Amino acid sequence: MKYFHLIWAALFRRKTRTILTLVSIVAAFLLFGMLDAVRTSFDQAGQSANGAERLQTGSRLSFIQTLPQALETQIAKVPGVKMVTYANWFGGAYQDPHNQVFSFAVAPNYLDAYPEIEVDPAQRKAFDDTRTGALVGETLAQRFHWKVGDKIPLQSTIFPDKSGNKTWTFDIVGIMHAKDKKSAGFYDQMFLLHWKYFDETTPYNRGTVGWYVTRVADVNQADRVARAIDALSANSDHETRTQTEQAATANWMKQLADIGLIVGSIMGAVFFTLLLLSGNTMMQAVRERTSELAVLKTIGFSSRSVLAMVLAESVLLLLIGGVLGLGLAAVLIPGVSAHSGGMLNLPTVGAGSWVLGLVLMVLIGLLVGALPAVRAMRLNIVDALAGR
Amino acid sequence: MKRFFINLGLLIALAVALAIWVRLQWPVVLALVVLGALWMAFTRHGRQAASVTGVGISTLRQRLGSSAVIVIGIAGVVGVLVALLAMGEGYSETLRKTGNVDTAIVMRGASASEVMSVLDHDSIVQIVQTPGIARDAKGQPLASPELVVAANLPMKGGSADDEGSVQLRGVGDEAWAVRPQVKIIEGRRFNPGMRELDVGKGAAQQFAGLVPGHQVRLGSQLWTVVGVFASGDAMDSEVWGDANVVSDTYRRGSSRASVVAKLANPQAFDAFKAALAANPQLKVDTDTTLAYYAKQSEGMSTVIRIMGITVGLIMAIGAMFGALNTMFAAVATRAREIATLRAIGFRGLPVVVAVMLETMLLALLGGVIGGALAWLVFNGYGASTLAAGTVGKLSFELAVTPALLWTGLKWALAIGFVGGLFPAVRAARLPVTTALREL
Repeated sequence: MKYFHLIWAALFRRKTRTILTLVSIVAAFLLFGMLDAVRTSFDQAGQSANGAERLQTGSRLSFIQTLPQALETQIAKVPGVKMVTYANWFGGAYQDPHNQVFSFAVAPNYLDAYPEIEVDPAQRKAFDDTRTGALVGETLAQRFHWKVGDKIPLQSTIFPDKSGNKTWTFDIVGIMHAKDKKSAGFYDQMFLLHWKYFDETTPYNRGTVGWYVTRVADVNQADRVARAIDALSANSDHETRTQTEQAATANWMKQLADIGLIVGSIMGAVFFTLLLLSGNTMMQAVRERTSELAVLKTIGFSSRSVLAMVLAESVLLLLIGGVLGLGLAAVLIPGVSAHSGGMLNLPTVGAGSWVLGLVLMVLIGLLVGALPAVRAMRLNIVDALAGR
Repeated sequence: MKRFFINLGLLIALAVALAIWVRLQWPVVLALVVLGALWMAFTRHGRQAASVTGVGISTLRQRLGSSAVIVIGIAGVVGVLVALLAMGEGYSETLRKTGNVDTAIVMRGASASEVMSVLDHDSIVQIVQTPGIARDAKGQPLASPELVVAANLPMKGGSADDEGSVQLRGVGDEAWAVRPQVKIIEGRRFNPGMRELDVGKGAAQQFAGLVPGHQVRLGSQLWTVVGVFASGDAMDSEVWGDANVVSDTYRRGSSRASVVAKLANPQAFDAFKAALAANPQLKVDTDTTLAYYAKQSEGMSTVIRIMGITVGLIMAIGAMFGALNTMFAAVATRAREIATLRAIGFRGLPVVVAVMLETMLLALLGGVIGGALAWLVFNGYGASTLAAGTVGKLSFELAVTPALLWTGLKWALAIGFVGGLFPAVRAARLPVTTALREL
């Protein structure tokens, strides 16, 4: 530590070069921060304590196939089930069919299965009492400038009403807030309407349910309960498939894209380039300081401490650039999410990304510094001073 | 103060140049190159520039390490950019190829995609009888009522519980007639009335057990795979079975999702659409399949494109500063040489041109390497995603097209241009006397 000022001075000996190199490092780690946020948002989807105790039961045939509503009472009787609720996909879009809204027709007790969603009790009561009522997520309300009391038309891309009319009218009676902002992405985008109103209005549903959500009393019993639920309809014409919310979401994400591979290969290319680039800078830095290093050795610095100083310099270079880059990513990501109009919802740079990032910085710093440092260590004082 | 304004002017000029550059087509660029070459061959300044460039390039070998930073940095940018754009291109190309102008698709009104549409039996009878549809040798209309649903099947390379979604199309004989591109490459067509499946080539690669002779479970029933078909488009990711049997399994009765009709000719579409719209008993939307599939691919390909360009931009900034660094160093080491040239009468412009040309040549090399790598590794690389508008995994191949390679080269040259400009200007501005005294 006592040599810190020496290392610092060496680092900024040539300001232009150091700053140019730093910008490259900042860019690399900015990219790392953003891509890692994408990767984590894929990995962490559905992974919460509440999610672990929820089971999703859908048709075994496919996710578009509906189930009879009669299953509800049967599932509720399965030992270990705390509560059961259900929902249907509504397929809503606002104004333009491209403005898709995550809209579900839900049972009256649906929100009880999601304690992480906060609704004002008065608004919840209003929802329960209003047949055409709807609860909307915070972000969604902001996106379309909806407020409580608005009457809004929503077109369903799947379900017309009895006269073939595709536009439904809803009264917005409340706003939903996600308690945990990290997983807020999805809940704050939701639009909930009454399943009963939905079922009575469209001729296409006929009392069926898209999927059941079950909360289990004991997380460790989840597998057993899932099997028991599936056994209820075994060999019938509506066999079910029950998974924990975690497993179901992970499965969707996996089908969407092999994001790990994409992010991995991009970062591979980026860091390889970075290695070369900062390596080149360090080589130059040591080469032009040959005589200074020789002086250091002359006045008594051991070869090993010269090695350590050069290594420290390159690690410091990477750390400054890397921390700036990751910090920049942390600042930019919320802005990106906000401006994407609900298309992207990235968590900000998490602890995991910071740790991984710091490890990478130190590793790359050591790798980059290794060659110049060894060179500096092996420096022959007499030759170096003589300029040979 | 004067310097500040010169720098500011330089930055603005740079921004304008880049904005124009993005829009340039290749003939214009070619013309620019020819003009540049003529200038170098026939004017005094040009010849000076050429000789200074020659000196710079001949000494490249001594600066191999730092020059490699430019080449590899830019190769990385171009490689990643082209690969990501190729993903978007391959995806939309696969969907685009699926449709054409002389096939129409009819769905219930306000349905975003086939799987969300329901047409009852009466509507289908009326749609099929609408004038404008081509007829086969027996005089039957070439229209295929189809049921589109999803099926859960175990994915390849996953555990038995790891199920993915595949789009299952229930069809009749007409389906093969309206889609001549779909050809059986193994086994045979399914027999009507049987629980038999023909699977697309892409689906067979994604899901386990889709091999002729094998049986797969759909819900509680066992179906036999009897053939594999290939079409080179989105159909490759589907599984086909007899419409009536699929409808039984999914309890859809006599309803279907869509009618795909071969039109007598592309011009017949407007009349066909108008006739359907005028029919008071029908509430349907009609589109050519080309328009339908293009619409489906829109959202996703925009997302991929934006992602590619964002990643590319950030990487480009990194590479640009790497190039700046290298070229500043190169100019610094050659300061005395450049000052000597200036002292014996060379003007500033040839020096600027020489440094920039050198950088852009390195950048071009990087761009070529990056593009070639992207093409070698990723052209035809298989990928899959859950596509919008379908309910199954859509497999597609990354398509590294010449247009994308050209985009990559343009990016490379732009990075080289910016990376070379500032060092070049510094070289030209170097006060001759101080530079000569340096070192």
